[in-house]
Amino acid sequence: MPEQIPPDSVGVVTPSSFEYPDAFLLQCGVALDGFTLVYEIYGQLNAARSNAVLVCHALSGHHHAAGYHSTDDAKPGWWDTCIGPGKPIDTDRFCVVSLNNLGGCNGSTGPVSVDSATGKPYGPDFPTVTVIDWVRSQALLADHLGIQRFAAVIGGSLGGMQALQWAIDYPERLATAVLIASAAKLSAQNIAFNEIARQAIINDPGYGDGHYVNTSTIPEHGLGLARMIGHVTYLSDDGMGQKFGRELKSGDLNSTQDVEFQVESYLRYQGQSFSRRFDANTYLLMTRALDYFDPAGAHDDDLVVALRRASCNFLVLSFTTDWRFPVSRSKEIVSALIAARKNVASAIIASEHGHDSFLLPLPRYLEVLGTYLARVADGLDSPATETPE
Amino acid sequence: MRPDLEIITDLVNPGARVLDLGCGTGDLLAHLAQNKQINGYGLDVDRDNITTCLAKGVNVVEQNLDEGLANFEDASFDMVVMAETLQSVRHPDLMLDEMLRIGEECIVTFPNFGHWRCRAQLLMRGRMPVARHLPHTWFETPNIHLCTFRDFENLVRDKRLEIIQRFVVNAHYHPRPLLNQFPNLFGTVAIYRLGKPT
Repeated sequence: MPEQIPPDSVGVVTPSSFEYPDAFLLQCGVALDGFTLVYEIYGQLNAARSNAVLVCHALSGHHHAAGYHSTDDAKPGWWDTCIGPGKPIDTDRFCVVSLNNLGGCNGSTGPVSVDSATGKPYGPDFPTVTVIDWVRSQALLADHLGIQRFAAVIGGSLGGMQALQWAIDYPERLATAVLIASAAKLSAQNIAFNEIARQAIINDPGYGDGHYVNTSTIPEHGLGLARMIGHVTYLSDDGMGQKFGRELKSGDLNSTQDVEFQVESYLRYQGQSFSRRFDANTYLLMTRALDYFDPAGAHDDDLVVALRRASCNFLVLSFTTDWRFPVSRSKEIVSALIAARKNVASAIIASEHGHDSFLLPLPRYLEVLGTYLARVADGLDSPATETPE
Repeated sequence: MRPDLEIITDLVNPGARVLDLGCGTGDLLAHLAQNKQINGYGLDVDRDNITTCLAKGVNVVEQNLDEGLANFEDASFDMVVMAETLQSVRHPDLMLDEMLRIGEECIVTFPNFGHWRCRAQLLMRGRMPVARHLPHTWFETPNIHLCTFRDFENLVRDKRLEIIQRFVVNAHYHPRPLLNQFPNLFGTVAIYRLGKPT
């Protein structure tokens, strides 16, 4: 943590747990005997309980979106640039709920949890979880917190897909959906990159039959490789060029198997650190959830029809150099929303940082998001007063 | 509220679907939303304009008009409006076609290059005209396709578009009797309400 907590930080935060005790039938047909969701709350719920904002995380995200867990933390939560007092998702005005999704590996029920039927961790046998399942479990969390209707459901990338699903599945339970650097479904190229990542994991000898927890191994190499592939798709060619160029580590041309270029060193570090903190089975599960997401699929691939049920206002943001979910994918969503006669605003943010831009403090991005959400907050009934359970 | 926007507001039916091309700071759409309960969208590319629209709750979509309007379906809007923007798009003639493909009707307003002040500056001083309604010098103007009212009506005739209504106003956007007698000489801005080709 910085020596002093910055005034625009939510400060030190503590995660909570929501235990859902009843059977929860997943879209795949398998039922869980209840589940746990770990979440954090920033800001206070107003008397009308109308100022709650749900933040949905992306592929490798979790509940810790803002602030610090302890004074020893080197870094704040993953979306601290956008969440805090006076920030675009202003915790002086909104009560922000951020959770670790079902199937995650940060405390919510997932592959590393113990299956009560076997007494052992689920591992690869954890059932397939979809965005629809996530949204339904998030709605149960909202019930638990006494939140009938969110002022906004916000997410970047896979998080934006959850916000879109919310708009379709629970039209009466959100006023606004904010979709950032997202898409209405993956392209074949997106799925291809996910498949390469999955192959890297399951072909690692450390993965074995997927029950690597029992053998005290982890597919460190495969998961690291999967992260490296993913990481390349999160950055842009220009951004990488500016950050690393073609700089050699040593400066001379030794032909070895070792790291030669700065970018190699960076990717290896990213891969290694990720493989130590993230569960490989969760990574497989999350990429599958991405692949299967397709709200138009049930409507003859007509997104306009899929969106008819929605009644919230939409904000759709994209970034110029994002090639994982390019501007054109956001435009598809915007065009479908217009055709479906929904309220929608959109902005295309100039950025050299590719898909990762949605996590970065880009001035125009923060301004657009902040301006839009300030108007959402202006429309709320009463000021923030109480903290939910 | 600018008087020309008041005139446009009068031409829009309550509850209509309106697309505003080059919506600027969203004044027209906000006014229409309040007074005519329209379902409206505005396109613009100016960063500050977009932020202003967001602050007003206008449905602003960042889109460059010169990249086309293919993302809008045929006959998906009741009214497509383009206020003082036609002269700065790359293909004004194709833009008119697109506006009437997407909309049942369209409203186009633009500054008159045939106004007597413009004519006088070119004739007497041999300089590109600069006037209240055309304030830019030649090298910094966004207006790359200026025309006179007569030029525009010739194009409309060639395309067989229907002129449903026309309003001619002065630099303060007020209609005056003289303007209707000699519109192409004294009129500053014209507001055309056009219908599909006959």
